[in-house]
Amino acid sequence: MSATIQKFNRRNFIKVSATVGGGLVIGFRWGSAAHHEKKGDALFEPNAFLKIDRNGRVTLLNQNPECGQGIKTAFPMIIAEELDVDWKDVTVEQAPLNTESYVRQVAGGSGSIRSSYTTLREAGASARAMLVAAAAKQWGVKASQCTTKNSKVYHKGKGKKAAYGDLVDAASKLSVPSDVKLKDKSDFRIFGTRIPNCDNDAIVTGAQKFGIDTKTKGMLYGAISNPPAHGLKLGGVNDSAALNVPGVKKVISWNDKVAVLATTNYAAFKGKEALRINWKENGERESSTRLNSEFARMIDNETGDTKRKVGDVHAGLKKAAKTIEAVYEVPFIAHAPMEPINMYADVKEDSAYLLGPTQTPERARQAAAKILGIPESKITVEMTRIGGGFGRRLKTDFVEDAVHASKLAGAPVNIIWKREEDMHAGNFRPAAMYKYQAGIDRDGNLDTWYMRSASTTERGAIRPENFPNGAVPNFQIDTFFVPSKVTTQAWRSPHHNVVSYLDQSFLEEVALELGKDVLEFRLELLDKAINNPDGKLDYDPVRLRDVLVAVAEMANWGKSTKNGIYQGISAHFSHHSYVGQVAEVSVKNGELKVHKYYCAVDCGQLINRSGAENQCEGGIIDGLGSAWFCDMPIVGGSSQNLNYDSYRLIRMNEAPDVETRFLDTDYPPTGLGEPALPPAPAAVANAIFAATGVRMRKLPFTQNSLA
Amino acid sequence: MASYTLSVNGSRQTVDADPSMPLLWVLRDLLNLTGTKYSCGIGQCGACTIHLNGAPIRSCSFPVSGAVGQTITTIEGLSESGDHPAQLAWKEEDVPQCGYCQAGQIMSAVALLNNNPNPSDADIDAGMSGNICRCGTYKRIRSAIHRAAEMGGAA
Repeated sequence: MSATIQKFNRRNFIKVSATVGGGLVIGFRWGSAAHHEKKGDALFEPNAFLKIDRNGRVTLLNQNPECGQGIKTAFPMIIAEELDVDWKDVTVEQAPLNTESYVRQVAGGSGSIRSSYTTLREAGASARAMLVAAAAKQWGVKASQCTTKNSKVYHKGKGKKAAYGDLVDAASKLSVPSDVKLKDKSDFRIFGTRIPNCDNDAIVTGAQKFGIDTKTKGMLYGAISNPPAHGLKLGGVNDSAALNVPGVKKVISWNDKVAVLATTNYAAFKGKEALRINWKENGERESSTRLNSEFARMIDNETGDTKRKVGDVHAGLKKAAKTIEAVYEVPFIAHAPMEPINMYADVKEDSAYLLGPTQTPERARQAAAKILGIPESKITVEMTRIGGGFGRRLKTDFVEDAVHASKLAGAPVNIIWKREEDMHAGNFRPAAMYKYQAGIDRDGNLDTWYMRSASTTERGAIRPENFPNGAVPNFQIDTFFVPSKVTTQAWRSPHHNVVSYLDQSFLEEVALELGKDVLEFRLELLDKAINNPDGKLDYDPVRLRDVLVAVAEMANWGKSTKNGIYQGISAHFSHHSYVGQVAEVSVKNGELKVHKYYCAVDCGQLINRSGAENQCEGGIIDGLGSAWFCDMPIVGGSSQNLNYDSYRLIRMNEAPDVETRFLDTDYPPTGLGEPALPPAPAAVANAIFAATGVRMRKLPFTQNSLA
Repeated sequence: MASYTLSVNGSRQTVDADPSMPLLWVLRDLLNLTGTKYSCGIGQCGACTIHLNGAPIRSCSFPVSGAVGQTITTIEGLSESGDHPAQLAWKEEDVPQCGYCQAGQIMSAVALLNNNPNPSDADIDAGMSGNICRCGTYKRIRSAIHRAAEMGGAA
């Protein structure tokens, strides 16, 4: 393994030591090799990640929220690999929030596998070592002479074998080893194989429970009313018609929200529609028109906040033999997960129970503790399988709703937002405008790259660490902040999802202006970043080059002879993974058809081949669909596209085929919930240009005429 | 409010509901059949797809009063033990990501297969474009429908 894993290990060690104050490299209940004597099926439970009973049933716990990224299958696979169990013996359970046993229980940043890889391997390997030690003791042999495979321990010399289930009593009496050896790559049996989503049986039969399905005795359903325009304040509520709806029990309000509580979800929604709410104006109403004119004014006239600077872009542009300029526009878009926003809360006098689809259970608990004024230790948080996250459920606003409502109502509640309530409430991907300026020197080299970005987010809707940073001697990124009443929130692969589209589009504008092949141009720049980088590099240009070369080969780049089909290429580094893509499109009578994507990925050690491919297919389709169709204009203070009739999502007839290849590298694993998304829009935008000569300078693509 | 007797997944169920109450909420709120999902409420996403006499309908937009005397099938009633060819194909192709839309996808796919035992890609586009998958599992849904067809999906 490379040096990277060592460094990673070390960091984990420090973090975990600080947490548990113990001497071992682990983030779980290491000392408590439990003796869970139960009738007939004693459990071997050496840590918080796994249990084995006398029947050999292996229960693996998934600590992180599952929102479709596949972690509930991938995490157990990592434990199972080192534990050396047969996957058919495995049952997966969702663990609750437990900060004493687990580190980083978050679905975000594509960081789960990267953060927990070593811990999970050690959890499996130490349990395996204990089972081996138990067998060795029984057989009177050395543990080092024993091997394991498919939930059994073997001693080849003596012809012995024992199933894990038969060793649990003996293993439970042993102390947990302080040092375990992890498998060599050549011994992996599970990594890289196809393990289906562990909840498939429940999903295809309708048995799978999501947060919206939670119903308990005495519980009330709640429907939320948020301000119908951004920034409005709650005036008065006339609830008499709502209270007349059969099933409606109460109407409550807090901050600038109103909730109708009822015995059924249907009655709660009906009651909400019957509310008469007086919303008070609160200054000027927001509009996309105002934002765009502010963005344009700033990127043309003002001095921004410089986020990265290499060389001198102003001098570079001044002495350039040629300059190229382009302005790109990006709208607000919503997360629009299929499962509506919801949360269950049961608030008691000095405790609370929360259950639902949160991507950040720890933050959910912190938010609840703050509202209730009780210690976090009095609050239990459990996670349901999440019907799509995309970053929306990293926020705790909906958790706070449920906590407030349960407290005010004195009853358990499941607060469910109508689709329109989530769509108009903000939390969008920021709107932004970008001005690019490139300078070409006398020898025809790109020597200046200047990007000025105005957006509604203070940190800047940028990723300054990305290519072509490192390949251009004069490089600068400035940001401009336009405060808005429209709230924003991380949207799958935050900023990368836009920046990759922009950079990979403008790079081609430059290449074509120079009369260069668009792939060759990228490879020349990457060679420069590899051999003679300008400034500090935050990505590995070799790995970025390798995925580009691989995808070009997959797609038969530049040599494809399919009639009327045009190719576009793109590559991006995000969340520590590298992805190159080629899209194939045709355009007939102004109608775009996206036929196929090729996708080459370096995400280090592959864990679940099926899950990883699914993330690439879905990430591409999400990236393509959002760039092609998604738009949330703000008019008169209000979001305009409140449901799937006007807020267009990509559908079956628009979805391309996807072919994915994973590069076999020795790097430790990195995430895939997001990295396949960012390159997707530019691959199609570049293919559209090849087909039509029209450059997609505005998102969504439908804002540009192809006719 | 009125009393309605419905045939749901082969059994007779009597519910008290107002005539305009959509079947979606009758199933979820009154019969505790939560496999049918709410997502848009306006018949645009297909997450609430069920069968009425074998034909796919958007249960969020279909009033209970219109379902009396007809046969309602939900995802829970599609097969005895989760072994309808479409369900098997969905697992073999490992279709689901978050899984929320998949009950509706399967119900639409089964209706398509019942009408057309061997659909082409174009048939699948036409039959399935009313169902949104926000995770983008369309490629696998397409493969699963072809696979279900090979298994005799119009069971």
